[in-house]
Amino acid sequence: MEEKRETLLALYRTMVRIRAFEDAAEAASQGGVSAYGKAADGSAKVRGPLHLSTGQEAVAAGVCAHLEPTDYLTSTHRGHGHTLAKGADLARMMAELFGKATGFNGGKGGSMHIADFSVGMLGANGVVAAGMPIAVGAAHAQKLQRRPGLTACFFGDGAINRGPFLESLNWAKVFQLPVLFVCEDNRWSATTASGPMTAGEGASARAAGFDIPSFTVDGNDVLAVHEAAGELVGRIRDGRGPHLLHAVTYRLKGHVSVDPAGYRDPAELAEALKDDPISRARAVCAAIGGEGADLSVLDAIAREATEEVRAAVAAADAAPWPQTSAAFTDVQTTGEGQWR
Amino acid sequence: MALMTYAQAAVLAVRKEMEADPRVVVLGEDVGRGGIFGQYLGLQGQFGAERVIDTPISEAAIMGAGVGMALAGLRPVVEMRVVDFALCGMDEIVNQAAKNRYMFGGQGRVPLVARMCNGIWDASAAQHSQSLEAWFAHLPGVVVVCPSTPQDNYSLLRASMACGDPVIYMEHKTLWGLSGEVDPEVKIPLVKAQTLRKGGDLTLVSWSRQVAICEQACRELAQVGIEVDLIDLRTIWPWDREAVLASCGRTGHLLVVHEAVQAAGFGAELAATAAEETGCRVRRLGAPRIPVGYAPMLEAQSRIDADAVVKAAKGLVENRNLEKVHA
Ligand SMILES: Cc1ncc(C[n+]2csc(CCOP(=O)(O)OP(=O)(O)O)c2C)c(N)n1
Repeated sequence: MEEKRETLLALYRTMVRIRAFEDAAEAASQGGVSAYGKAADGSAKVRGPLHLSTGQEAVAAGVCAHLEPTDYLTSTHRGHGHTLAKGADLARMMAELFGKATGFNGGKGGSMHIADFSVGMLGANGVVAAGMPIAVGAAHAQKLQRRPGLTACFFGDGAINRGPFLESLNWAKVFQLPVLFVCEDNRWSATTASGPMTAGEGASARAAGFDIPSFTVDGNDVLAVHEAAGELVGRIRDGRGPHLLHAVTYRLKGHVSVDPAGYRDPAELAEALKDDPISRARAVCAAIGGEGADLSVLDAIAREATEEVRAAVAAADAAPWPQTSAAFTDVQTTGEGQWR
Repeated sequence: MALMTYAQAAVLAVRKEMEADPRVVVLGEDVGRGGIFGQYLGLQGQFGAERVIDTPISEAAIMGAGVGMALAGLRPVVEMRVVDFALCGMDEIVNQAAKNRYMFGGQGRVPLVARMCNGIWDASAAQHSQSLEAWFAHLPGVVVVCPSTPQDNYSLLRASMACGDPVIYMEHKTLWGLSGEVDPEVKIPLVKAQTLRKGGDLTLVSWSRQVAICEQACRELAQVGIEVDLIDLRTIWPWDREAVLASCGRTGHLLVVHEAVQAAGFGAELAATAAEETGCRVRRLGAPRIPVGYAPMLEAQSRIDADAVVKAAKGLVENRNLEKVHA
């Protein structure tokens, strides 16, 4: 019981840090991009498309809790949660969203390219499913070099209709690679519901076609995600090849932060809000009982996260912009300096 | 005549073609909701989900299916969202759509329009900000179009849908909200450039969003007595040799300005041809060969502003070498 409580508190902490990060980024992004009939007004601190993982925190938290720094991770355009859960520094992430020199990419990438290679997080990606073959390659390198570790690969439900999904699953199985594929199924692909666009039963069913074992899990139940991911990660570390986790969750926000998602039934959102993974974790904590089950412990964790994010926003705001000369660095070594 | 946006002009063009020809279909992600830029707004309501087809996120299949539909008698408008994602359907464009007619000895035709908007998308970083028209200009078998105004978007989209060849139709990612008068009766043939200003000192050729920036530069140049023939190329391939070369012959100077990376950009083709054919002096101005950065000041390094155009134009007519910009 005590162990379960400890696990839950740790997962809760990860989730509320992600939520606080997303909420702050969302607030800082209003007016940052012209879309959905709204104009960019130039005042936003976070510019450009911002894809929030609000409501999907349990998947990132539950999976990444099992990852070591030697494990790799590839992510999607909706990658803040994965990156934080993998152990990236929150303040440097916020600085990157602000486009500042102190960000992980020195302001070159922004939200869609958030990454911290030092903790094995090999990058969010602006191209749907593009992280999948990269994950497979990283796992292939781990295997060839007899290194410990595995590669976790997050992707959306929409991504399973792209060729690289099928090519990656096949490859991982053919070479028996240490990959954990995680389909973060939030039921939407931009402004289109994924269901009618997807034949069959989705990611797990497709994995079965490649003889890749999979679990489907309630992605808003953080303990369930944690348990399922733990089992799959254990098997992968035992050398049993690729596995897939299909986590069913929901995208609580629009496709990007300024998208009011007017195309979906408000009732669907209302239902989903009742299933908020953070509220559910609180309820479970209360139910476990015992010392500290009193919600003030959780409140304190949440307050700490809000404080941390507030400080990160202030630091990002105060941080220097990149030098314009940085636009010309890290392009390539051969022929460096030849721009025309 | 009606005032409408670049996006609305495109909707009107597709609507008119769909009304006139039942073989026209639209396919792509999110088109049922009107497309992410509103460039299909209302069309699924009018023509139904069988003709305005929402697709899975499957660029290779979207593009490839477009080729198959075209071979089998339809006239598809294939939506790639942005040129950066068209790269996921590149084999289908390059090896299939572009080569089919020739390779099979003229047995088939691929009358499709592949829409893929081009250019820097503000604050969207390296994977969403590319200008790749030169890639397609290099590819035998396709037409490449880059409209710069609502009227051009209307008329050139209609011309593209009617032309019978595969057309790489490159709207600009940040022109969707641009308003302008559109006359639905106006036909603009492919390949016809538009001369926007007449002047004897310099021929300035550009296209897409960069045209408006060049217009601004021309006004500044006029103030210092440099009069410019400003040409909006509109169709990148085949390009209007007659208009461009005649102008170069008159002015003796050609400056080509584009948003795309300068190295191996389409400006090089225009400049080389103009020099060969007319002996004029030439200069190109495009972005440095760097990916587009996210932070505003990094992104700005990839933009060609009016000042840069003015400087290049002055340098050319005053026979000076350009200052080394990024030495
Ligand atoms: C190859 C490619 N096609 C289209 C897009 C545009 N796009 C960005 S996110 C998105 C929806 C992706 O849905 P899903 O994989 O389910 O992830 P989610 O956004 O729901 O997290 C689309 C179509 C893209 N980035 N890359």
